Amino acid sequence: MNAPTYNFAYLDEQTKRMIRRAILKAIAIPGYQVPFASREMPMPYGWGTGGVQVTAAILGPQDVLKVIDQGSDDTTNAISIRKFFAKTAGVETTTSTDAATVIQTRHRIPEAPLRAGQVLVYQVPIPEPLRFLEPRETETRRMHALAEYGLMHVKLYEDIARFGHIATSYAYPVKVNARYVMDPSPTPKFDNPKMDNCPALQLFGAGREKRIYAIPPYTSVVSLDFEDHPFTRYKFDAPCALCGAEDSYLDEIVTDDKGSRMFVCSDTDYCEGRQAAGHRGVESAAPHKEAVHG
Amino acid sequence: MYVAVKGGERAIENAHRLLAHERRGDRSVPELSLSQISEQLGLAVDRVMSEGSLYDRELAALAIKQARGDLIEAIFLVRAFRATLPRFGATEPVDTGAMRVQRRVSSTFKDIPGGQVLGPTFDYTHRLLDPGLAQGGDPEDPALAATSDVPMPRVTDILGQDGLIEPSPAAEADAPVGDLTRDPLSFPAGRDLRLQNLARGDEGFLLALGYSTQRGYGRNHPFAGEIRFGEVEVEFFAEEIGFAVPLGSIELTECQMVNQFKGSATEPPCFTRGYGLAFGQSERKTMSMALVDRALRARELGEDVIAPAQDEEFVMSHSDNVQATGFVEHLKLPHYVDFQSELGLLRKLRQEFADANAAPALKEAAE
Amino acid sequence: MAVTTIELQPGFADKVLAAQSTFRTVMEAMARPGQVMAVDDEVGHPPSMMVGVAAVALTLLDQDTPVWLDDAFASASDVGAWLKFHTGAPIVARPDAASFALVAAPAALPDLSVFALGTAEYPDRSTTLIMQVPSLAAGESFRLRGPGIDGTTALTASLAPADLFARLSINQALFPRGIDVILVDDRSLVAIPRTTRLAASGV
Repeated sequence: MNAPTYNFAYLDEQTKRMIRRAILKAIAIPGYQVPFASREMPMPYGWGTGGVQVTAAILGPQDVLKVIDQGSDDTTNAISIRKFFAKTAGVETTTSTDAATVIQTRHRIPEAPLRAGQVLVYQVPIPEPLRFLEPRETETRRMHALAEYGLMHVKLYEDIARFGHIATSYAYPVKVNARYVMDPSPTPKFDNPKMDNCPALQLFGAGREKRIYAIPPYTSVVSLDFEDHPFTRYKFDAPCALCGAEDSYLDEIVTDDKGSRMFVCSDTDYCEGRQAAGHRGVESAAPHKEAVHG
Repeated sequence: MYVAVKGGERAIENAHRLLAHERRGDRSVPELSLSQISEQLGLAVDRVMSEGSLYDRELAALAIKQARGDLIEAIFLVRAFRATLPRFGATEPVDTGAMRVQRRVSSTFKDIPGGQVLGPTFDYTHRLLDPGLAQGGDPEDPALAATSDVPMPRVTDILGQDGLIEPSPAAEADAPVGDLTRDPLSFPAGRDLRLQNLARGDEGFLLALGYSTQRGYGRNHPFAGEIRFGEVEVEFFAEEIGFAVPLGSIELTECQMVNQFKGSATEPPCFTRGYGLAFGQSERKTMSMALVDRALRARELGEDVIAPAQDEEFVMSHSDNVQATGFVEHLKLPHYVDFQSELGLLRKLRQEFADANAAPALKEAAE
Repeated sequence: MAVTTIELQPGFADKVLAAQSTFRTVMEAMARPGQVMAVDDEVGHPPSMMVGVAAVALTLLDQDTPVWLDDAFASASDVGAWLKFHTGAPIVARPDAASFALVAAPAALPDLSVFALGTAEYPDRSTTLIMQVPSLAAGESFRLRGPGIDGTTALTASLAPADLFARLSINQALFPRGIDVILVDDRSLVAIPRTTRLAASGV
């Protein structure tokens, strides 16, 4: 029987070259989705195969890798991907945002500011921001070519007409370098401002949909909005129950069946770092309230 | 005090251990061997090889065992292994006209050169559960005819001699062989890539789409010109020695549908083709594939694209069960961050709704 | 065949890890236009080809990337054979059919419009130029801005052709179509992707 043998970081060199070329084009054309010949990975499509391929193509023995899912290093899929690279590339792994050189993420951007030299790799399920408005690739590609984004504005405006607000709270579309409308992956819109003018390189991999795109460092990323309905980044009234942070994205923890809730940081490394530095929360959450902050 | 969930790594390890235990089942029952699977569940092996896109009965049997009989999971295992294999090149086209036929039927002619060969088929079994099979035991030896040298030309070739069916387009010898596992797909896609996509496509998906064309969603008047199953030789042209060397033989099922004719002021009318091919014995798959292949030729043949089976982007983007199962099942991954974002928005909208509806009531009360 | 391969210079000492670290250098360069990066891997190269060009070629080229050579590279006896042996990249005569163009004598660079500039729908289908230039350490000062640059950045270089940035201004009109350039001086390299603009220049 053919016993499998694998290359450093799993992918063969030809595949890495193909992905590397796509990454360079993606950086050169910020926000544009470069088609690439995504491979069948030993994990399911939709579970981070795009991010895993991008990470595998850039990772070297000198890297320190952090993997998060929902902001946490301890969710099962994050653990599974981290173990995959520890095994196939032998790289050092970390949960510290600051110590990492490469961070692969699903659904969050770390709270701690990223620095130059770091690479943030996003796992992307549906890379096409126009897909839910127009299912045909031939059509959406034409719209991007002509920078014809009226349909997206109509959709956002219809939300306002119906709900009084833009009813998109995650995967909130952005315009990159004043040209391409881009899907930021399903991060909460709370995280959108972190993408703008970020010192780190941001790479996006969509395995099933076979697309790679990028935001170079120090690049303008603007959340789509209207003058009379500007983009807002909502925030919780209560601070984190564990570390007292008032500037972080919070998970709602249901503590009993009588309506009790508490709110704790979704970014576990950020929360633990603050607690280690002596910050404390109340440990019991106040009744939930939200406020809108500009 | 609240403590965040930890210990995912151990949970994963323990889950894998439990899975292995469940896979084995009751340990007093003898364990399945790979040869039992490949010999006695041969059609499952055929499907896994076809949709897994790798002709290796032993690996397919291993995948079925490892997947506890979940064929899509087994296909996924084979695909992931296949992606790591080096490529030496493409074989010469196989000649299905020279197939050592085990089964061959045509619905378009009563008799055909080489004859109709029923072969191993469920077709005329009465679907009554067989208690004898539950008991086990050896069946009778098969009745064998003497091997015959009578050629079995393909029905489409016979029709082709009279120009009654469109010719199969000849491949350009120097044109690269398209491969959607190596190059990103763009639309419109050529027929070579469409056929590759369908050959790897989910049998159930193609069955439903093929069926939909029969019920009028892109009807194309099919006749099963021929379905043949048997062995063909595979040859590889070795650059270094300058000729094709045999690699061995594989089992294939081929279906050639004869469909609605085309014609124009400048071209005499003739039947059109739909094509299906799969590893092993996979008649349902190849017949469905041929129906969908023909439907997808709508644009080429100047027909209106009005039905799902004719829609190339729709069909090709959704036919792959490894992609589909991954994305459907990814919904069980945690999504609580986005859910929180939606919860926040929904609560705000509900609050605003309540405020807006409460306001007039207050006003009335004050009056 | 055997004779040719023996005469050829080697490629990377460690194919997998050197390709990885060179790629990271090129990726950082593309992400930070105008910043001088250095290739520090051990790499063999034909005498007329700078180390940096050889390393980038070994990292990015293969049978899927048609490559165009300028006259200086094309007429160097060993460059074509070295590329073919180490990368398998097909050498093409038409610059607009090339994924990469290797330029040894940039003063004689043809008009940029002869290269593939991508299409409006697929702007990535463009030629990447890899050019050997006189110096990336001394010479004229160029002030650059664009994605990847925090405000503006200064590049001190002696470039050929002298009007390179004027020629690259087609990128502004064509965007998102355009051409991406990697400048090489020995082991140093600088990337000028199609989004980079010249803010000012002087001696």
